[in-house]
This record gives sequence, structure tokens and C-alpha cells, in this order.
Amino acid sequence: MEISKELAIKLLKQMMEIRQFEDMIMELLAKNIAEGGSHLYAGMEAVAVGAISVIRPDDYITSTHRGHGHAIAKDGDLKALMAEILGKKTGVCKGKGGSLHLADLSKGNLGANGIVGGGLGIATGAGLSIKLQKQNKVVLCFFGDGATNNGIFFECLNMASLWKLPVVYICENNKYAMSVSVERSHAVKDITKKAIAFDIPAENVDGQDVIAVREVVGKWVNYAREGKGPSFIVANTYRYYGHSRSDPRVYRTREEEKFWKERDPIILFANRMKQEGILSQEEIDSIEEEVRKEVEEAVDFAIKSPYPEPEELYTDLYI
Amino acid sequence: MRTITYRQALNEALDEEMARDSRVFLFGEDIAIYGGAYGVTAGLWQKYGEERVIDTPISENAIVGTALGAALTGLRPVAEIMYIDFIGLCMDQLNNQVAKIRYMFGGKCTVPLVIRTEGGAGRTLGAHHSQSLEAWLIHIPGIKVVMPATPYDAKGLLKSSIRDDNPIVFIEHKMLYNTKGEVPEEEYLVPIGVADIKREGKDITIVTYSRMLLFSLQAAEILEKEGISVEVIDLRTLLPMDIETVVKSVKKTNKVVIVEEDCKTGGVGAEIGMQIVENAFDYLDSPIVRVAGADVPMPKSPVLEKLAIPDVDRICSVIRNMLK
Ligand SMILES: Cc1ncc(C[n+]2csc(CCOP(=O)(O)OP(=O)(O)O)c2C)c(N)n1
Ligand SMILES: [Mg+2]
Repeated sequence: MEISKELAIKLLKQMMEIRQFEDMIMELLAKNIAEGGSHLYAGMEAVAVGAISVIRPDDYITSTHRGHGHAIAKDGDLKALMAEILGKKTGVCKGKGGSLHLADLSKGNLGANGIVGGGLGIATGAGLSIKLQKQNKVVLCFFGDGATNNGIFFECLNMASLWKLPVVYICENNKYAMSVSVERSHAVKDITKKAIAFDIPAENVDGQDVIAVREVVGKWVNYAREGKGPSFIVANTYRYYGHSRSDPRVYRTREEEKFWKERDPIILFANRMKQEGILSQEEIDSIEEEVRKEVEEAVDFAIKSPYPEPEELYTDLYI
Repeated sequence: MRTITYRQALNEALDEEMARDSRVFLFGEDIAIYGGAYGVTAGLWQKYGEERVIDTPISENAIVGTALGAALTGLRPVAEIMYIDFIGLCMDQLNNQVAKIRYMFGGKCTVPLVIRTEGGAGRTLGAHHSQSLEAWLIHIPGIKVVMPATPYDAKGLLKSSIRDDNPIVFIEHKMLYNTKGEVPEEEYLVPIGVADIKREGKDITIVTYSRMLLFSLQAAEILEKEGISVEVIDLRTLLPMDIETVVKSVKKTNKVVIVEEDCKTGGVGAEIGMQIVENAFDYLDSPIVRVAGADVPMPKSPVLEKLAIPDVDRICSVIRNMLK
């Protein structure tokens, strides 16, 4: 597939934004500027960026507890996202949601979720709503490998297939749910097989290859838009950081981590763009520099932003 | 006496009971090599092997359901639900199966099952990782609900819970794991269903449990210097509730404040207050007052999170007002 320069810049820039955003949060956590926890998306950028690059601004996504990447790829504002993670008034959810609850309904992001599998019902319901309202939209439903072991996954896939809902279910298989590997927690190791029970077409894709993700998701998005029903994609990927800040990662080897870092989605894509003569090293460097400034500005904005006023405790509960 | 953390105390309780009774096994998410999200089961998988410390898939409903099946057929499972916020995912198994089965079957079975979980705010984790849902649970006849505040009680109560033939939800608090307290080397048990007077006083009674005990004791310390003598009762078990200990105290002080972290409306404090009214109304000099969590989902922002739960200042000022 031909890639225009414009598209190459967009994909690379978004992946860099996510990576630098996440690296920055790790720093802020270490300095106790960010409190609480954050599940970081570093290493998995090609999945969110590739998938979301093929949908329209009015299409929907649902995200996960590891939701910064999805939020950024769905046109999220770095400043408002960073401020949210710090619990500031200027955050995308006014500081009430935090890292686990980043959402921006104005952009079609129906939200991250603190409950593993929590987005599956929302995505399926959005699919039903699209169908009943005879709209031409689609939903991308992101979730982890671990989420496919929870009941809601099976209940939702059944409904989606039964009613031919326009939902593309995207399982981000990063090999672990916290410390428990797919090997040790799934009866079928090839997660796409779980879709067979519901007669939903399914396929694996290399989640480190942003172009491959685009192609596969693009195909199933068209299928959904044509009213043919749901599909199930397993994007094989890896998270670089531990599950949380304190995770010493004893359940996986340094060799395995090295193997995956050698397949870094950003480097792979940048190299390919260079080889194909679409981007030069100077252009790549300048994108990286631009992103660095953006992320710094976002942090600066977030840190300088005020916390919500005490009265905010009781607002927004009911209309 | 030696001093250990609440986390260590819980870990020792599990270790000792597993060593004592081979029917006891642990069952939950990330409890084996990871040692549990808050480290309570650390080292036990290494010591007892993977048939006694079992990592489960992320399947809360099935965790509780299968633990029940095992409990009915000869084992004594200690299941872990990582955050009490996830209890909703297994509430059907807990409420419809675990709690009712013995009664429905005419008392012809026992359910020696412990569900360990952890709740509370304080880490700015937001609405899905900070809740205090104990009031949901005390509304379920057939289970017991235990909420220890100190390392000593945590160990003694967990051991008693594992030996109890009834289903028990054992709720820890995420902000207590690193707190320290005296715990004897020798074996001991703390009985379920017995409250503990953590500080004696004569002017007013605080009834509390879990982390709010710590805040209440700090408040009592401050008020002592102002000449106010506060009695602090730690319920330790919410179901069954030891109302006698509370009533005895109320008869002495004639004033009660309930300090609870959960949402005020329909909260545990409502039950405590009503039981006091039923049992000691004539002894009350003034209305019972609740210092409780705000009736909102837990906000992320650190400033709002602090406002959403009681703090020492609020407890002090409420008591000062009551004694004016
Ligand atoms: C219902 C529920 N159970 C458990 C958890 C605790 N938890 C948070 S993330 C996680 C692992 C999720 O694994 P996966 O779905 O593979 O996503 P990943 O973290 O690998 O991106 C667990 C067990 C939770 N948040 N919600
Ligand atoms: Mg995973």
C-alpha cells in the first residue's frame, strides 16, 4: 500500500507523542508529581495509532485501563490529557477521572476504564445504537488479552454477532495480564479462536507494524460499515514498562523484553519510511523534536493548572 | 513485642493456616509469582506450590463460584478479589450462591470460604479503585463481614476467618498495608463478631472501623489535650455486629459519633446508628452524628479525594460542636 508523506508524518508523530507522553509520566511518577498509578502504553503504539487512523472523527472507540495511547490517537489534546492525569481542573474530565478514566465524548472516545472488560458493553451498546439510528458509523473496541477471560466478553460477542453490530473488537495481546501470561491463563493460546463460537471473523495482526494494523483494521471497518457485522482482531504486541510502577517484572525475562524492544514499532516504521524514501532522517528528527516540545508544554500546562475547587466534589453527579 | 506491618501480619496468617491445614488454598488474580497486587501473598507460591496458590484468569464471577464449589466439597478456599470495586462482577455468586446455599439446603452443608479483598480511598486511583462497599455486603444475610484496622487484629481475624465454617468477606484497606503494630510471635486468634475498645474515654463514644480507626484515634489524642475524653470503639467485624459493646459505651458517655469512610447514604453508619437507637435510645443526650464519605463516586483529583472522605480535623470539629 502506498503511503503518502502526510500520512507517514501523522502516524509517526502520533506514535512518538504516545511514547514520549508515557515516558514523561514515568518520570512524573518517580518525582511524585503524578500520584496514584498509571498503566503505560509504551511499546504498543502501533495498535492504537494504526487502528484509529482508519476511522473517521465521528466514529467511536472504547478504551482500557491502559488508555493514554487510545486517547492521544483519537485526537486527544495532550495538555488536557496530562492535566487529567494530574487531577487538575483543566483536565479532559475536570480532574475527576484521572488516568484510568480518560474520556472525550466530543471526539468519540467513550472512555478508558478501571474495570478490565468494562468497555466491552459500552462498545457493543454503541454499535447497537448506531444500527438502530441507521448511522454509518463504526466502533473500535480495545481491550487486553486478559479481558477475554471475563464473562462480559463472551456475552457481548454473542450479541454483536447475533445482531450484526458494527463493532471491530481489537484485542491487544501483550502476552500478559499483569503477571499472568496468556500461556498460563487461556485454554486457547490463539485468542482469535474465541471468536469461532460466535461465528465472528477473526484474525491476528502484527501489532508492532502500524501499516499492517491499518490494513487489517481498515478491512474490517469497511466490513462493519457495509452492515456485515462485527469482527475480531488480535494485535500481537508488548508493553515495555511493568504493569505498574512498583512491578519488578519477575514473571518475564529480560531476553524476552529485549526481543520485543528490537521490534519497536516507532523504529520499525521510521526505518521503513526512510528505506522507501518517504521521510528523511532529518524529517524524522524534527518530528521527534516537535513532539518533545509538545509534551513539555503539556506537562508545563498540567503542572501550572489549578486543582478543582472544593465545590466540584458534588457537581456532575446528576443534571 | 515485635512490630510488623499489616501486610506482613496478613501474610503470616495465611502462611500459618496453610501450614496447619492442607485443605486451605489460595485462589485469585496475580497472587502467585506476583504475590498479590498489594503483596499480601508474597512468598507463599514459592513455599506451597502452584496447587495451593493458584493464579486465576481475570474471571471474578468464576473465582467466587468455583471457590464455593470447592468449599462445598472438602476444601477451604481463600479467594482474593483484588479490589472491592470488582465485587460487582461476582456479586451474583456471592449473594445468590455463597450466602444462601446453606440456608436453602436446610443447613445440610457448610461453606468454609474466605473472600479477601481490599478497599478504600487514599491513593488517588479514582472511581474504580477507591470504593468502600461494605454496606452492600452487610445487607446479605449468610455471610460475615470482617474489616480489621490493626496488624494484630488483621492476623488474628484472618486466622479465625479461615477456621470459620461460614463464608466470610474479609476487607483490608489499601492505606493500611504499610502501617505497623505489635504482633506477638506466638499463635493467637481474634474472635469474629467482637468489637474492641481501642481507647477508653468518658465524654463521647466514636464507633468506627478499618482505616477510620486511625483517624479517630488521632482525633481523640488531639481532643484529650482540650479536656475532652473520647472512647474509641473499633467494630472489627461489621456482620455480625457487636452492638453490646457499643451500647455499654453509650450508656457511659451518652453521646455517639460514627466515623466511616463509605458513602453516608445507606452506609454502615446508618445501621450502627439505628441499632443504637433500638438498644440505647434513653441513654442518648444528643442526636447521633455521622462523619462519613461523601455521596459521590471517588474523584481522582487529590484535593477532591481528601474532601470525599472524613479527616481528623472534621472528626475533631464535629465532636467539639457536640460538646459545646
Ligand atoms: C474486573 C477487573 N479485574 C481485575 C482488575 C485488575 N487489573 C487491572 S489491569 C489487569 C490486567 C489486565 O490485563 P489485560 O486485559 O491483558 O490488559 P493489559 O494490562 O495487559 O494491557 C488486572 C488484572 C481490574 N482492573 N478489573
Ligand atoms: Mg495483556
